[in-house]
Amino acid sequence: MTEASMPTTPHAAPRGSLTTVDARTKKRKAAEARFRMYGIAGIATGIFFLLVLLASIVGSGTGAFQQTFINVPVYLDPEKLDKNGERNPSDIAKVSTFGYTPLIQDALLQQVQDNGIETPLEDRGDMKAMISASAAAQVRDTVLANPDLIGETVEFRILASSRVDGYLKDRVKREDVARDKNIDAEHLDLVDALVPLGIVQKTFNMDFITGADASESRAEAAGMGVSMIGSFFMMLVVLVLALPIGVAASIYLEEFAPKNRLTDLIEVNIANLAAVPSIVFGILGLAVFIQFMHLPQSAPLVGGMVLTLMTLPTIIISTRASLKAVPPSIRDAALGVGASKMQSVFHHVLPLAAPGILTGTIIGLAQALGETAPLLLIGMVGFIASNAPDSIASGLLDPNSAMPAQIYEWAKRADPAYYERAWGGIIILLLFLITMNTIAVILRRRFERRW
Amino acid sequence: MPLLWLTAIVIALSLIGYALGRHRALASTGGDNRGLHSLPVYYGMNALMKSIVPALGLMVIWQLAQPLVIQNRIADMIPASEIADDANLSLVMAEVRRTAEGLDNAVARGFLDEDTASNGRADFTDMTARLKDAGQVVTNQITQPVLRAAQAYRQMSATSNAVMTAAVLAVALLGAGWGVMQSRRDFRARNVVEQGVLVILIAAASVAILTTIGIVLSLIFNTIEFFRLYPAAEFFTLLEWAPSFSGRGGASSLGILPLLWGTIYISIVALIVAVPIGLFSAIYLSEYASQRMRGIAKPMLEILAGIPTIVYGLFALLTIGPLLVSVFGQNGVGWMGGGRSVMTAGIAMGIMLIPFVSSLSDDIINAVPQSLRDGSYGLGATRSETIKQVVLPAALPGIVGAILLAASRAIGETMIVVLGAGAAARLSLNPFEAMTTVTAKIVSQLTGDSDFASPEALVAFALGITLFVLTLGLNVFALYIVRKYREQYE
Repeated sequence: MTEASMPTTPHAAPRGSLTTVDARTKKRKAAEARFRMYGIAGIATGIFFLLVLLASIVGSGTGAFQQTFINVPVYLDPEKLDKNGERNPSDIAKVSTFGYTPLIQDALLQQVQDNGIETPLEDRGDMKAMISASAAAQVRDTVLANPDLIGETVEFRILASSRVDGYLKDRVKREDVARDKNIDAEHLDLVDALVPLGIVQKTFNMDFITGADASESRAEAAGMGVSMIGSFFMMLVVLVLALPIGVAASIYLEEFAPKNRLTDLIEVNIANLAAVPSIVFGILGLAVFIQFMHLPQSAPLVGGMVLTLMTLPTIIISTRASLKAVPPSIRDAALGVGASKMQSVFHHVLPLAAPGILTGTIIGLAQALGETAPLLLIGMVGFIASNAPDSIASGLLDPNSAMPAQIYEWAKRADPAYYERAWGGIIILLLFLITMNTIAVILRRRFERRW
Repeated sequence: MPLLWLTAIVIALSLIGYALGRHRALASTGGDNRGLHSLPVYYGMNALMKSIVPALGLMVIWQLAQPLVIQNRIADMIPASEIADDANLSLVMAEVRRTAEGLDNAVARGFLDEDTASNGRADFTDMTARLKDAGQVVTNQITQPVLRAAQAYRQMSATSNAVMTAAVLAVALLGAGWGVMQSRRDFRARNVVEQGVLVILIAAASVAILTTIGIVLSLIFNTIEFFRLYPAAEFFTLLEWAPSFSGRGGASSLGILPLLWGTIYISIVALIVAVPIGLFSAIYLSEYASQRMRGIAKPMLEILAGIPTIVYGLFALLTIGPLLVSVFGQNGVGWMGGGRSVMTAGIAMGIMLIPFVSSLSDDIINAVPQSLRDGSYGLGATRSETIKQVVLPAALPGIVGAILLAASRAIGETMIVVLGAGAAARLSLNPFEAMTTVTAKIVSQLTGDSDFASPEALVAFALGITLFVLTLGLNVFALYIVRKYREQYE
């Protein structure tokens, strides 16, 4: 539309040719292009944020899957570990980790001197900053499991301290070390010298995936394993409770419920519950399950029940959608050959809706898996010192943690070494979520019928 | 776990009932199922349901009621002198329970024999030390009344458990027996079973109502308790939030206004980030984008919605915070003290809300009928003019609803503000200052070591009810706007 096409306009612009674009058209076209650009900019910003988020997760988190170890032969001195020489397990057990620490430090110092490395660190105590505080426990456990090793020199792969680890991962910078009382520049020189010899080595860190949380000062030993088990137990509870209750509720509301006040009330309720902030469910869990029913704090059972209540609306809404998608002709045909209403639902409608229900349930579970806030209120940040194989036996009522709560716990700690662990934990959590969502998408693509 | 065993036994009993019921029904017609009223399965199901549902129901109710009943009985045993000392009854009861548990565990591990545990006296045998030796957590010296109460508690729990086991098994047996006896050829088993299933379905559907009732009751009761200890007027009007850590109520000032301000300020920042980006994305995706671009961009934006909030919290704390500090901090403009601030949390929350705004708006814009657009094009309007003057006005109520829903999400969001916004409650206009929110304070007041009876912990419930009412109100209002102003297109 140009001005030229409207000759009757009272204040018509000077007549121009249809082929030359006048100023107003230009302006309108520019406005059109601008508006389009806004849209593209909006999408680009959104995707940019997504990429930055993913990049910072991957960039900061992959470090957690690598860990610095020190390979060192430790002489297990019988003088110190088993004074009376009887190899009696109860006597050996009396030697605490303090008895092992000097042995490890000696061994590392020996290595340094044997290799002729020039360093001002000549004392056994100077090696303390290099070695993780959990190294002594590691050596002690090995000895307790196999007392015959005493008196021999055994090759150990012990954890380096988190500062040494951070130095090799560029987290600890040389210029920061001056203000750090845990490590000196000389230690870093020593690390530089030991790396080419293969004594200090950075390798894949299985313990991060299978291990338990560690105390504040031992970031190098902390792992996700136990919290994964906690999350697994909770998901089990959610699945066992939310799936049957959600499906039963949806079947009633979709297939049997008469249109009356009560049904309306239930429907409004479910819609509102889906919008209640998750922390309110945490308050509910705290007040009802822990204060009122005296269930144990930090138990996966309680966490699972709270998450069940939280995911129920999601599951009910998606289940109802998939029940609704089954065409009425199926029900009519079943009723026509003499099935009761209940039979038509359970024998025909439900199996046909099953893929959709499963998809909705998996998405609900994924949502529950990443939820943190309600778990903090019921104390699911229990610090468990036992490692994965021992804690598997611990059941639904023993204190445990959960993956997102563990990540939160690490993010709160002061040591930056824990930030890397938190990002690493997020990678593991996201891998689980991606897997679950992929399964949901595949289920939908593979089995969902279009009528 | 005896409960697990009891459940297993009940399930086994009901399965036996199933087999017997089915068998008896078939036997009544001489093995010919054409003579039965219902399929043989239903006779079995009838016996199964009659034994398992009442038995497990009784077990659950008993488990819920038992602590209450025992607690009431025990409360009478504790002399007033014991309570007057320091705290209130609930603290002493917690002590009693802990002691009872300690005694149980000590017996189970062989540190105490059953006789000492149930009859020992705190004034003769040093029970506190013995429990501590057994590795049990005992807070302070156990006094004789507390020990007596704990022993009575153990006694009653044991009796109650024994009675419950007997009752549950009896109910299961009777139910199964009744079901089996009913299994005759003329019994309308299918109708009975279907009635039962319907009741179970209704029960499942009312879980949603029970949840809401549970939320409302637990919030209201604890809030009333809080207002008994702390004046309600101060809670709603005081401009200061400074809980004391000593556990003494008088010294704390617990005003909600600074927290509400922090919540609203952060939500506004989040909406300023999310609404333009989300809205323009939605407009582009629904009006301009090719099918192929839509297929790529829309799922990518929706990934943002599937990422757990803890991830955004960490992103705020460790990526956005340091980035903002490097620009606005001491070395830059100098407005920002630390990494945690309103902006830090607001930006992260805004990113989280982008897909929320964009996919809701996308649906709404798509719902505007094509005829409106065609009419506008027919009058010679360009695409952007059509969108601005026809499509958006038609979609406006829906879009406002979507923004209100996003705002309700922002107000209720917890992990991002716990990690990104800081812990100090402040009434300030500087968006680069650390502030705190209602949700962050709920977490910090309920995760500390303070006991549930102090106003410092109970205030979390008052905050919770405020949050609940606020988000519920926003949701209802959003739905109302959408309904009221929705144009009816046919």
